[in-house]
Amino acid sequence: MSATNVVELKLPDDTPVDLDAELKASNVQEVLDKLDRELIGLKPVKTRISEIAALLLVDRVRKKFDLSSAIPSLHMNFTGNPGTGKTTVALRMAEILHRLGYVRTGHLVSVTRDDLVGQYIGHTAPKTKEVIKKAMGGVLFIDEAYYLYKPENERDYGAESIEILLQVMENNRDDLVVILAGYKDRMDRFFSSNPGMRSRIAHHVDFPDYMPDELLGIAKLMLAQQNYRFSPEGEQAFEEYIPLRMKLEHFANARSIRNALDRARLRQAKRLFASRGRKLTRTDLITIEAEDIMLSRVFEEADKKQG
Amino acid sequence: MTNTGNRVTQGQFSYLPDLTDVQIAAQIKYALSNGWAISVEYTDDPHPRNTYWEMYGMPMFDLKDPAGILLEINNCRKTFSEHYIRVMAFNSIRGVESPAMSYIVNRPHNEPGFGLVRQEAEGRHVNYTVHSYAADKPEGERYLR
Repeated sequence: MSATNVVELKLPDDTPVDLDAELKASNVQEVLDKLDRELIGLKPVKTRISEIAALLLVDRVRKKFDLSSAIPSLHMNFTGNPGTGKTTVALRMAEILHRLGYVRTGHLVSVTRDDLVGQYIGHTAPKTKEVIKKAMGGVLFIDEAYYLYKPENERDYGAESIEILLQVMENNRDDLVVILAGYKDRMDRFFSSNPGMRSRIAHHVDFPDYMPDELLGIAKLMLAQQNYRFSPEGEQAFEEYIPLRMKLEHFANARSIRNALDRARLRQAKRLFASRGRKLTRTDLITIEAEDIMLSRVFEEADKKQG
Repeated sequence: MTNTGNRVTQGQFSYLPDLTDVQIAAQIKYALSNGWAISVEYTDDPHPRNTYWEMYGMPMFDLKDPAGILLEINNCRKTFSEHYIRVMAFNSIRGVESPAMSYIVNRPHNEPGFGLVRQEAEGRHVNYTVHSYAADKPEGERYLR
């Protein structure tokens, strides 16, 4: 009797495969669309994420046909300059992997060296393990992972932490996904001194810097999220602002844009406060005018350089 | 005899057959969903009044998934295979602040059980108490195979 059951369970080779239905069932398209809408630019990142999503989806269908394959390793490495959206994408990644049923809870535990490495002998292992346990069922995001390894100090405890991480990345692949992030050159150096780490990470994703028009799009999106918007002149002023800011030191892509907008909001509030005599409307409250941006220090410094 | 085999019955589920890992994970999940902190403890003194067992590592706070706790349980089983191991869930809500769950997840292969001890006191008075046969040996040697 059991033999006939097995035959019935196994689907014939020519069973049609309905990937569309599977896609709908997983709701993953929704997340991918959201990613497309809310993250501007980042072409290579989006391509890689949709590839991973496709792989996991196909894997799910394959499982229905009893075609078992090893659980794909999904540990990732995000490299890119500051403010290119590594953390934001990591958060989304947790959600996508959860929708695809790859991780169970889909939470993100974001840590840095401080959370993993202890201060004295015997402190590191429990600390690292505790973080790993917290991340189980979700995604462990290690920001600025290259700080874990300090070659100039041979007694540094970072190596111990790396060793435990490697072990967990190998043995508990179905329990958690580890995402490392950091600047490109330093991560490359980190991997060249930790070949074990490099080989255990299947996906190396590089986050490119944003173009000026992408940054403008990001600015508008940020403002919309906080219920503000540019006036047409304001938008033009900001368009001028972006290339000037990009030339200055310490430019951190989207993060610099966010700071610039925060300062513009300050100036807008000040302007509104100064014009108390006038009757204000709702439009006044939500509009960032050109003068809110033109007063920025960036324009002054650009003038100084020219003059 | 209602309790054959001298099985120690402390905490929850102790009259049931031993929980499987899947069942333990389900219980842990329930505790986590209530926001309780979970700890793993062990002892080799089965006396019912032995309330405070040794802690195996720190209590685990802020976990989201049972996998991490199951990992600790299995580590503890490896280290103390012939000990009693229990999982406790602590409810830290103000006003409660006490264990909400407690169940045994590992027990020695051979549990010799308890004997009744009679102590003759003043006059014809007799005091009764229970005594674990295993506790005659020093700690750490009680359940050696």
